[in-house]
Amino acid sequence: MKKDIILAGVGGQGIISIAAIIGTAALEQGLFLKQSEVHGMSQRGGDVQSNLRISDKEIASDLIPYGKADLIISVEPLEALRHLPFLSPDGWVITNTKPYINIPEYPEIEKVMNEIRSLPHYIALDAEEIAKEIGSLKTANIVILGAASPFLGMQYERLEEAIRFIFRNKSEDVIIKNLLALKAGKDFSKQQMES
Amino acid sequence: MQRLLFLGDEAIAQGALDAGLSGIYAYPGTPSTEITEFVQHSKQAKQDKIHSTWSANEKTAMESALGMSYAGKRSMVCMKHVGLNVAADPFINSAITGTNGGLIIVAADDPSMHSSQNEQDSRFLGKFAMIPVLEPSNQQEAYDMVHYGFDLSEHHKVPVMLRITTRLAHSRAGVKRKDLRKKNDLRLPDDLRQFVLLPAIARKRYRNLLNIQDNLKEESKNSSFNNYIDGSDKSLGIIACGIAYNYLLENYPDRHVPHPVLKIGQYPLPKKMIERLCMECAEILVLEEGYPIVEESVKGLLGKGLKIKGRLDGTVPRDGELNPNIVAVSLGMKDTYGLPVPSLMVSRPPSLCSGCPHIDSFKALNEVFEALPKGRVFSDIGCYTLGALKPYEAINSCVDMGASITMAKGAADAGLLPSVAVIGDSTFTHSGMTGLLDAINDKSPITIFILDNGTTAMTGGQDSPAFGRIESICKGMGVEEEHIHVIRPLKKFHQENVKIISEELNYPGVSVIIPRRECVVAIDKRVREKFKKTVATG
Repeated sequence: MKKDIILAGVGGQGIISIAAIIGTAALEQGLFLKQSEVHGMSQRGGDVQSNLRISDKEIASDLIPYGKADLIISVEPLEALRHLPFLSPDGWVITNTKPYINIPEYPEIEKVMNEIRSLPHYIALDAEEIAKEIGSLKTANIVILGAASPFLGMQYERLEEAIRFIFRNKSEDVIIKNLLALKAGKDFSKQQMES
Repeated sequence: MQRLLFLGDEAIAQGALDAGLSGIYAYPGTPSTEITEFVQHSKQAKQDKIHSTWSANEKTAMESALGMSYAGKRSMVCMKHVGLNVAADPFINSAITGTNGGLIIVAADDPSMHSSQNEQDSRFLGKFAMIPVLEPSNQQEAYDMVHYGFDLSEHHKVPVMLRITTRLAHSRAGVKRKDLRKKNDLRLPDDLRQFVLLPAIARKRYRNLLNIQDNLKEESKNSSFNNYIDGSDKSLGIIACGIAYNYLLENYPDRHVPHPVLKIGQYPLPKKMIERLCMECAEILVLEEGYPIVEESVKGLLGKGLKIKGRLDGTVPRDGELNPNIVAVSLGMKDTYGLPVPSLMVSRPPSLCSGCPHIDSFKALNEVFEALPKGRVFSDIGCYTLGALKPYEAINSCVDMGASITMAKGAADAGLLPSVAVIGDSTFTHSGMTGLLDAINDKSPITIFILDNGTTAMTGGQDSPAFGRIESICKGMGVEEEHIHVIRPLKKFHQENVKIISEELNYPGVSVIIPRRECVVAIDKRVREKFKKTVATG
């Protein structure tokens, strides 16, 4: 079993939390893991990405080679496209459709979405809208993780346990909302794949 | 034992704590910051009273670490690669004095300049100082090398460099811990003149350093971090240093490289192992993260005749960090690539946070400069360096810590008036104060902005060494009181601030303007922590 995942977004959107949850679940399952993060200057509203590699065998490189990523998980649509050179021919893109516009020359969102819709395998969802329905906008990143969950090669319950662990210092309400967000994302993907 | 998920930086910190560390010294700098922060947040370190507060700069950190070594205890000093330039004087001389307690210098290089102004290779400085350099290929080795490095340092009485790069520093993997080792007791050097580098003693100490070089090479030959892994296809021999080894293995899914491989994790280079590889193989490929230092050495060791491939002959790009694809191409394998990036893509550079006090400072400064010729604002290293980008385009230089004040002075000396310096509070105390003294002594007609947001913001909000004391430092150094202004960088004070700046630009001496307002990220963090405490205490 091997999953090479590119996590993408804009600094402050919570991709490190997604990485931490998948990472915790992977370790609990006895898998090997390497996860490279971006720290420092690029965090300030710039594009950020993380390479997350999970395998049942020892992993060599901290970086995923171009053309080898099984998944691109992005909390922002433009950022999903930025890392396409990493995507393998069978790879899936799981992305938020809600743009994060902090640059004046952000392309027209319809054009961005057309690019995403032209991909061979993708799931695109408005995670903010779903998070709003759950009652916590902050869970948008977990909605995206939920949408990616059927592609991770991991038991869904492991991800739930990891959420409980990562948010263990938060209130029960926060944990429940994040679990609901995970499920809402998963349900969306399941529905997409069945239709 | 259970594997713990550690960043490379955290593995080093935990390794140091487990290996009997007594103190860690550092100034924050990406990608090295998390080593010291890990120790600061460690319960184990708190219980054992391990020193871990920030130093004013890398030089003071290096000297304090050397002092702790003098007293017989194990110490570590951590910095980013360019920080080692700041600490170069004590660093080079610490090789001459030698050590008493074990001393490890962690230098975190940043090839591809993710958060730096150059991509210099610290292994050169290690070689220059003639000390052992350790270079881990993964997080476990980073952990293990700290134990080993302290032993090496104490056995040969030399400081040891641990050289890492960004990818290792900021990547997580499972690490197994060793048993906890006792700290050293306080113990003075046997020879109380060991650290007195008067010429007569220094000559002796230097000869001693030269004399142990063969022993250090012998250590490299026997080191478990340098491995000769034989292979049947001798048309090529590969030298892979540090994390380059991982990129090599990545290209062979079963991890079996058909060629002989020399994996390097410890310097000085093990000459005999390299000779063997060169004897047995038709060509040599050198894979190293950073400058072509091993490639040059191998060329030097063997003279001409053998084909050596690497960064110098273009087999590997001359600049930038390595990755699995670059290594694949250098091995003659087919490159892989996913889908092209759509043409509509635009870059999303980092930017100042919404509500950042620097925004108001730059707006005020830009308004004053509307009526003046451009190109007269010298700046420094910090979040405010982003003021060079749109929409501000307010600054004209960023070179090294503290250079804003001294470059403004030099430009003013040359007749460029007005001449302005923009520096942050933490950068000012790091390396700006000495330059200010030069300017005061020369009565240089410069205006210095010390942007005081009360924190070392860019590296994640560490304490600012002279919190709340910036104006008294300036006054104490000799800036005239009437030319020190603390202003509030807020929209509602904009006109008032513009007026003060305009007046001071006209003053033919040193003026200091201190826009003071807390970093918005620091406020957010502070409020959250306070809330957490309130909840916890009910």
